[in-house]
Amino acid sequence: MENTMTLTLKVWRQKGPLENGRFETYEIDQISPDMSFLEMFDVLNENLINNGEEPVEIASDCREGICGTCGCMINGKAHGPEKATATCQLHMRKFKDGDTIIVEPWQATSFPIIKDLVVDRSPLDRIIESGGFITVPTGSAPDANLIPVPKDAADSAFDAAACIGCGACVAACPNSAAQLFTSAKVQHLNLLPQGQAERWSRTEEMVEKMEEYFGSCTNHGECHEACPKEIPLDFIAYTNRDYVKSKRKNRNLLGQG
Amino acid sequence: MAQTVTRKGPEPIRKKPKQLPFPLNIYQSAIGRKWVMAVSGIVLLGFVVTHMIGNLHLYEGPLEIHEYAETLRNLGTDIIPRTWLLWGVRLLLIAAFAIHIHSAYTLKEMGRKANTRANFADGNKKYAASQDFIAANYASRTMRWTGPIILLYLFFHLADLTWGWFSKDWHLGDPYNNVVVSMGNIGVAAIYIIANIALAVHIFHGTWSLFQSLGINSPKINKMRRHIAAGLAGLILVGNLSFPIAVTVGLIDQDNCEAPCGLTAVEAEEAKE
Amino acid sequence: MIGELNSRIPEGPIEEKWSSHKFDMKLVNPANKRKFEVIVVGTGLAGASAAATLGELGYKVKAFTYHDSPRRAHSIAAQGGINGAKNYQNDGDSVYRLFYDTVKGGDYRSREANVHRLAEVSLNIIDQCVGQGVPFAREYGGLLDNRSFGGAQVSRTFYARGQTGQQLLLGAYSALMRQVGSGSVELHTRTEMLDLIVHDGAARGIVVRDLITGDVRSHTAHAVVLATGGYGNVYYLSTNAMMCNVTAGWRAHRRGALFANPCYTQIHPTCIPASDEFQSKLTLMSESLRNDGRIWVPSGHDEARSVSDIPEDQRYYYLEEKYPSFGNLVPRDVASRNAKTVVDQGLGVGPLKNGVYLDFADAIQRDGEDAIRERYGNLFQMYERITGEDPYKTPMRIYPATHYTMGGLWVDYELMSNVPGLFVVGEANFSDHGANRLGASALMQGLADGYFVLPYTIGNYLAPLLGESPLDESDPACSNVVQGVAERTQKWLSVNGTRTVDWFHRELGKLVWNFIGMERDKNGLEKALSEIPSLREEFEKDVRVLGSADNLNTSLEKVGRVADFFELAELKARDALERAESCGGHFRSESQTPEGEALRDDDNFSHVAAWEWGGTSGSAIRHKEELEFEYVPLTQRSYK
Repeated sequence: MENTMTLTLKVWRQKGPLENGRFETYEIDQISPDMSFLEMFDVLNENLINNGEEPVEIASDCREGICGTCGCMINGKAHGPEKATATCQLHMRKFKDGDTIIVEPWQATSFPIIKDLVVDRSPLDRIIESGGFITVPTGSAPDANLIPVPKDAADSAFDAAACIGCGACVAACPNSAAQLFTSAKVQHLNLLPQGQAERWSRTEEMVEKMEEYFGSCTNHGECHEACPKEIPLDFIAYTNRDYVKSKRKNRNLLGQG
Repeated sequence: MAQTVTRKGPEPIRKKPKQLPFPLNIYQSAIGRKWVMAVSGIVLLGFVVTHMIGNLHLYEGPLEIHEYAETLRNLGTDIIPRTWLLWGVRLLLIAAFAIHIHSAYTLKEMGRKANTRANFADGNKKYAASQDFIAANYASRTMRWTGPIILLYLFFHLADLTWGWFSKDWHLGDPYNNVVVSMGNIGVAAIYIIANIALAVHIFHGTWSLFQSLGINSPKINKMRRHIAAGLAGLILVGNLSFPIAVTVGLIDQDNCEAPCGLTAVEAEEAKE
Repeated sequence: MIGELNSRIPEGPIEEKWSSHKFDMKLVNPANKRKFEVIVVGTGLAGASAAATLGELGYKVKAFTYHDSPRRAHSIAAQGGINGAKNYQNDGDSVYRLFYDTVKGGDYRSREANVHRLAEVSLNIIDQCVGQGVPFAREYGGLLDNRSFGGAQVSRTFYARGQTGQQLLLGAYSALMRQVGSGSVELHTRTEMLDLIVHDGAARGIVVRDLITGDVRSHTAHAVVLATGGYGNVYYLSTNAMMCNVTAGWRAHRRGALFANPCYTQIHPTCIPASDEFQSKLTLMSESLRNDGRIWVPSGHDEARSVSDIPEDQRYYYLEEKYPSFGNLVPRDVASRNAKTVVDQGLGVGPLKNGVYLDFADAIQRDGEDAIRERYGNLFQMYERITGEDPYKTPMRIYPATHYTMGGLWVDYELMSNVPGLFVVGEANFSDHGANRLGASALMQGLADGYFVLPYTIGNYLAPLLGESPLDESDPACSNVVQGVAERTQKWLSVNGTRTVDWFHRELGKLVWNFIGMERDKNGLEKALSEIPSLREEFEKDVRVLGSADNLNTSLEKVGRVADFFELAELKARDALERAESCGGHFRSESQTPEGEALRDDDNFSHVAAWEWGGTSGSAIRHKEELEFEYVPLTQRSYK
């Protein structure tokens, strides 16, 4: 095939969470610019297996940028060089023939490496578990059109809810903070009328759970740049405000305001 | 050998502290701490701006700057003894400084703990490929350097102009003279210039950041946040740099002294008569 | 041997079947619910909603997913929307109309009673999701917006931009995580079900492998719920996620559960064509594109000119020519089949000649680029990201791809399979879509099963079991199955052949696509039946899986799934061969109208084919469940 690329990959290999890892260098050729980054890894892995070497573990599932399973640091950038794009949607035409690509797993104390490029992101689930829901037991919801939601509020809530939970924000953050993730989840529900009853307790619980696992935001804005869904930093500001308010609100046991 | 892997997921790296009574519990969380940092930042910012504007009296002359200094000491004398209010403000500023520094240090520590690299051999850099910062600007990444620079500079500045450690020509109560004596030295002027650049850089990120930390956020304000931050930083930079430059180029000079050098302004008044 | 299949459809008029059945079913006293343990496998829409609801009710639930988090399930990728017969638009929609449309859309191969129940609970689903905070699109007055979808004549589809599945799944996931936090659901992530434990004729538990440590162990309970999705990945290339598989359902089938209608597969017409051999999956683009795009191919073979140089009279607008009244908006199966026809004729476009054009030039000229951007901006962006071509300037290239599987494990009205205690919900069962699924109905069915059907019907099964405890995990009935799974896992590592798992999966996919794809005929299916087993034998002898079984090993996970796909593919071919009629997504070229449309044979095939495992692959036994249509008259579709 014409127009194919030859690349040098420096890939982080690590057998398990407690073992020492190292970079391995692989040469790979015949890569079409129309391939996705993960398909390039599929080719690499087939080559490795054919040579009797264990393939590189790299997570992915939907490969259409919505499930949030994939993600690694590509040349020092979370999800690679293309903006607003998850690793699976990154295509090789963004690289040049002869490039060296350094591929590393997400790094954060609370994202231990399971193997190679796969990390454990379960602390994000712990944050949701602590309050990322509206308590509405099945069957108890009122008619869907009973509470009108201003279009702007619904749109804004959607912007927050678009988060795919990939963890790129944590990986890109110089402090390994999960503030963008948490804020997006908190604000998705805090912005909607349905979410008001639990607004203050939710904010308090989720923020404090987040702080058990992750660092503190210092307003760099790297998370937003890394985010495949471009979640705005505004939600962090809203959450900061809601959190300090919640300390007062929860003391007074007032649900309102 | 098979690796033993815990299936419960990673343990928390920080225990949730036992809740203190309101409002102290705000300071127990990182977000609350950032809020406190922003509020103390505003206090310090207020001081820096006021200090800069007050210092403009230098351009009026030695007597006027002296009178301004006296006015500060006399604040509130109608009700409380002389200098008490000034000391009150000073204590407030010291407290703001202390809490600003403490929160900055502890937040950074928290980030550091959350940020360890798993079993990487080389150094403590987060990623081997030099991490390509996109949004984090120079100002935001250097807060932890500009902060200590400002602190050191603060001590130097106090020692230099308030306590007069460095010069026998320093005179209590003659700020004009003291400024000229100090900044007349090109090295000292350079220190002032460098420190104030650091201060402006610090204020640039700090001001932008405080909107975020306090959650002051609306589409109307958002567009202005960078401008406000740049404007404030620029104002302080221009104002504060003007003093060492003015001294160096001779705009502020002993020649402008209507009173003989070494006398207090009061003595000078008397000498005139 | 399985006797007569009893679908247990309640008596009475169709509108009253579900409500009267709810009253007739046995209840479990609230205080007794905690004495029952339920296993839910899969945490997509159906699984997460079922686990959350059962947890809320007070059952002790164990939920399993092979993902790192329940939120990753492939329900998340659904774009279009979810139907609900709310009639908020006042355009004449009703529960009965949704029921009618769904039965007709399924080409009269679904159960009327199930479909009516689905249409009834569609109302509650919308309420429930809004209550959970799903940010559905709204009008300026703050009320919910609807659109017409997939050719429906009423606007009953609720949507959240192009990410409805994501938002609904996040809603169900949040409900599930609330239960996990409160302790009523025990969540097992990165844990894959590899076998079903059947003891004394009932499902008693499952055997799972921990994907990180490699531990194989059993979990027992009073009932097992499978919510494990569809088997579209048997085609290798499909719009399914990489890990979607049939293993849980197939293992249950091998333990006695009937597999119904495996030949029913929905092929979606607007997907991005494969770019090369290493293409790993296909990406679907919303069908709404066909509202404004015109589909064509160059009329001459070996067209080498660039698109703009092809004059209008040498463009073949095949859908507009063949179907003047519906044009580019013909149903999914018709659009897909016609695309295949022109590509097979050698008229395909693109570097691999494997697509057709979907051209927006006329629409852009008519409405302006801004209007088109407003409507399809995000889809155009996605297309450009994947192909590197700008659809505002050059036409999109599209080709059909496998998208959804209507077939699945056979279940009765209560969603229980023929194995007592084994319930199957969502895409994994065969129940509601017949031979073809309407747009925006998959999300509806998953949530209907999970939130509003299973939580009632499971009580009817559990109530008489009060006082019985789940099987002890040290019982030989468990340990034998555990041992079998561990041995099977080890076996793959010891084959040490020469080809990768993916290579075999690709080859299998080609066979299935070519012979059991959009158009099937007797010869092709017989060929498939001879080639699939020989490829399977080669696979078993020559596959190479490296590494070990005691840590994360994706190839090892894949090999077991592909092995099950091989057996399923064979059954799929047999089912397609036996069903010598065309219906919905199943098109037999021998059975078509003079105009080339699908021709049903209601006299001989108005039934569900439910296959019983016969001990070896290829020896399955076909059972029939006759379908009766009392309310929706059988008619032949026509789109001319």
